[in-house]
Amino acid sequence: MSGSTLFEQILDPANRANPYPLYAELRKAPVARQADGTYVVSTHAELARLISDPRISSDDLPDPQKFRWTGHPVTDLLVRPVRAEIRKRHRPFIFRDPPDHDRLRGQVMRCFTPERVRGMRAKTQAITDDLIGKMQGKSRIDLVDDFSYPLPVTVICELLGVPPEDEAQFHGWATQLATALEPNQRGDEENQAKNEVCFNEIADYLQGLIKEKRKDRQEDILSDLANEKEGMNDFDLIATAVLLLVAGHETTVNLITNGMLTLLRFPEHLERLRAEPETAPRLIEELLRYEPPVHYRTRLALTDIPVAGITIPKDAPVIFLLAAANRDPIRFPDPDRFDPDRPDNRHLGFGGGLHYCVGAPLARIEAEVALVSLVRRLKGVSLTEDPPPYRPGASLRGPRHLRLALEGVAGE
Amino acid sequence: MTTRPERIVIVGASLAGHAAAHALRERGYAGSLTLVGAERHRPYDRPPLSKQVLRGLYSADTTLPCHPDLNAEFRLGRPATRLDLTGRAVECEDGSRLPYDRLLIATGTRARPWPNPEEAGLAGVFTLRDRDDAERLGAHLRTKPQRVVLVGGGFIGFEVASTCRDLDIPVTLLVRDAVPLAAALGPRLGGLIGEVARERGVDLRLESEIERMEGQAGRLAAVTLKDGARIETDCLVAAIGTLRNVEWLDGSGLEADAGGLRCDAFCRALLHDGRVAEGVFAAGDVARWPNPYDDDALVAVEHWGNARAQAETAAANMLAGDASAMRRHDHLPDFWSQQFGLTIKLVGLTEGADALAVVHGSLEERRLVAAFGKAGRTVAAAAIDSARWLPAYKAAIRERAPFPPIEDAVDQPRIRVQEP
Repeated sequence: MSGSTLFEQILDPANRANPYPLYAELRKAPVARQADGTYVVSTHAELARLISDPRISSDDLPDPQKFRWTGHPVTDLLVRPVRAEIRKRHRPFIFRDPPDHDRLRGQVMRCFTPERVRGMRAKTQAITDDLIGKMQGKSRIDLVDDFSYPLPVTVICELLGVPPEDEAQFHGWATQLATALEPNQRGDEENQAKNEVCFNEIADYLQGLIKEKRKDRQEDILSDLANEKEGMNDFDLIATAVLLLVAGHETTVNLITNGMLTLLRFPEHLERLRAEPETAPRLIEELLRYEPPVHYRTRLALTDIPVAGITIPKDAPVIFLLAAANRDPIRFPDPDRFDPDRPDNRHLGFGGGLHYCVGAPLARIEAEVALVSLVRRLKGVSLTEDPPPYRPGASLRGPRHLRLALEGVAGE
Repeated sequence: MTTRPERIVIVGASLAGHAAAHALRERGYAGSLTLVGAERHRPYDRPPLSKQVLRGLYSADTTLPCHPDLNAEFRLGRPATRLDLTGRAVECEDGSRLPYDRLLIATGTRARPWPNPEEAGLAGVFTLRDRDDAERLGAHLRTKPQRVVLVGGGFIGFEVASTCRDLDIPVTLLVRDAVPLAAALGPRLGGLIGEVARERGVDLRLESEIERMEGQAGRLAAVTLKDGARIETDCLVAAIGTLRNVEWLDGSGLEADAGGLRCDAFCRALLHDGRVAEGVFAAGDVARWPNPYDDDALVAVEHWGNARAQAETAAANMLAGDASAMRRHDHLPDFWSQQFGLTIKLVGLTEGADALAVVHGSLEERRLVAAFGKAGRTVAAAAIDSARWLPAYKAAIRERAPFPPIEDAVDQPRIRVQEP
């Protein structure tokens, strides 16, 4: 791999199973300029600072007049708007800056009430019980296909108000659309075309659903958003729904799968979670530090920004390598050790600043219910391959399959 | 002084005292630990008192979570009455005498009482500082008073006004100055909050003071203002500031007055002659300390965040042994308030600021971040419904960055420097 930058090596699927040595390399320079002019921020202090720096933009449609393209493949992929025509109209708030960002996010936050999120615990438990029940009599399962995938998609569909019979369709759409977030996947023209078709399908579907919610308001987030007095226009509404669907689903799949993988690698923690389920919240915080579902996010520098002795120049793409900061030895003692008892665990697993994950409380509930139930009910569970095969994505990183051997399944 | 302490006494059982007790145990202190509290309650949280508790959403019991292994003796409802520095002991109202190796003074403040005792004694006249106050006032608000008259143009007055409007109770808010909240936010932002309050139905009267109260059978019936206006009311809340609880230190030799108990940068209490009082530390609202972000000017900060941070620093320094192992209290003051549907957050201190720039959003949208400058340096920043930008400004204030600190940023209007 000589000749390619460290960040390009991270994008290379060959390094997906264990990117952490590369992250350690990158941390040697808190802000590392790549050959193509991209700046990778990988240390905790610098990231924590830049993540709420208003000179950093999340807008993924920078003004092409102002932006100086370097023409290098990596830079180009990071900042070139995908499906430009569609994205201009349908931009979810994670790719926008204030004031639009604040307005749209604020409307979503008002729907994501603590009561509503807490109310999802019982539903999550019921889905979990049902999925684990289906493993009865099997000696082999794929945790991803049999469990981690269906759980969050059902939860988010329920919250959004997608009828259960349409869930299967959403599953396919969400998987396809998530590739747009991965520079090493979305560049492919065939894939871009697929994304476009997929987006048009989902937009048409949601348009119909929104119309129904306006006629017949239900107790769900889409109904609330569609009926708000000074609400979003339909483009924003669709973009928001798609965002919640993709983000609320690809990430949680990985959190649950990474969680089970980590527990199987450290059986003493699996046993402890089984014996003391009340320790789950701390264990999940440590998981979010140690194996976060989102490894990096991309940004743009609006002006020259001095940080850690160098200056990120105006218009430079900036990579926030959250997963590397989470293992920064300056911030976390013995960072490569999985230790749920860490007293001070201010990880960046959910990002930070303006764009801190809206779904964090929901993700915590889903992971807690899922992992506690899995370790309690799966008997004699073991990994059949380690490392497991990973999805190609470097940003939303997680196993594509997690094949497990089982001795049995305990009752609820 | 370098011997390890075996007996630590904390005078003041509120947020700072409580945080210090926890920090001492976290740091491995295993000796005896005694907390002396004037109130009969275990340490509790104050911010909800003027909001959720008054609205009836929370009960007045906002007791702070206490670690089961804290192993501290709480002596509540028996305030300290005297400090014997030479004998290294605290004397309490019940006659007990508590010897210490290290002492933390965290006695905080109390509500400034209404200056006319006869008027203050009328039923229906309240102050709001502690749990019992909130319980009494909350119960009264639930009887739907005809009107609440609030006296004071600070945050407590505004928060209570906001709560009353939420409860659909008519409110008159009397502010002595020409602009509300000016001490903390400056006239421009204070004026903005005043406008919002008016829109929410608050009868806001500026440059307005009470001439006298009228009672009827011991109950408040009406107030007359200095401009002659008469308002019928059965409920008045005096939110006219606080007094520091330093009287018990009279004659102790410590440098304490209405401005607070004077400390050095390491939270150590100072004597009248400026020397350090061996083994005596202070934290929270009562402590007056040199602020490194303002050329070590002495400041007493009455904020939740400072109480906690200063308690933690004091606890670390109580166990540090000698001064070379002590750390400086360099907390950057921060503060937040929720009222009239707005979240207001402030970092730094605006006192003496000579310039203001709206650096995100706008006054018109009522969603903004404003930076405050003093002699060309950035000293504070206030956010209204935009608190997530503040960490960047906090860093700029720490670095005493040139003013205005951050340019060419997201959602930034053309920066115009104006008077605060």
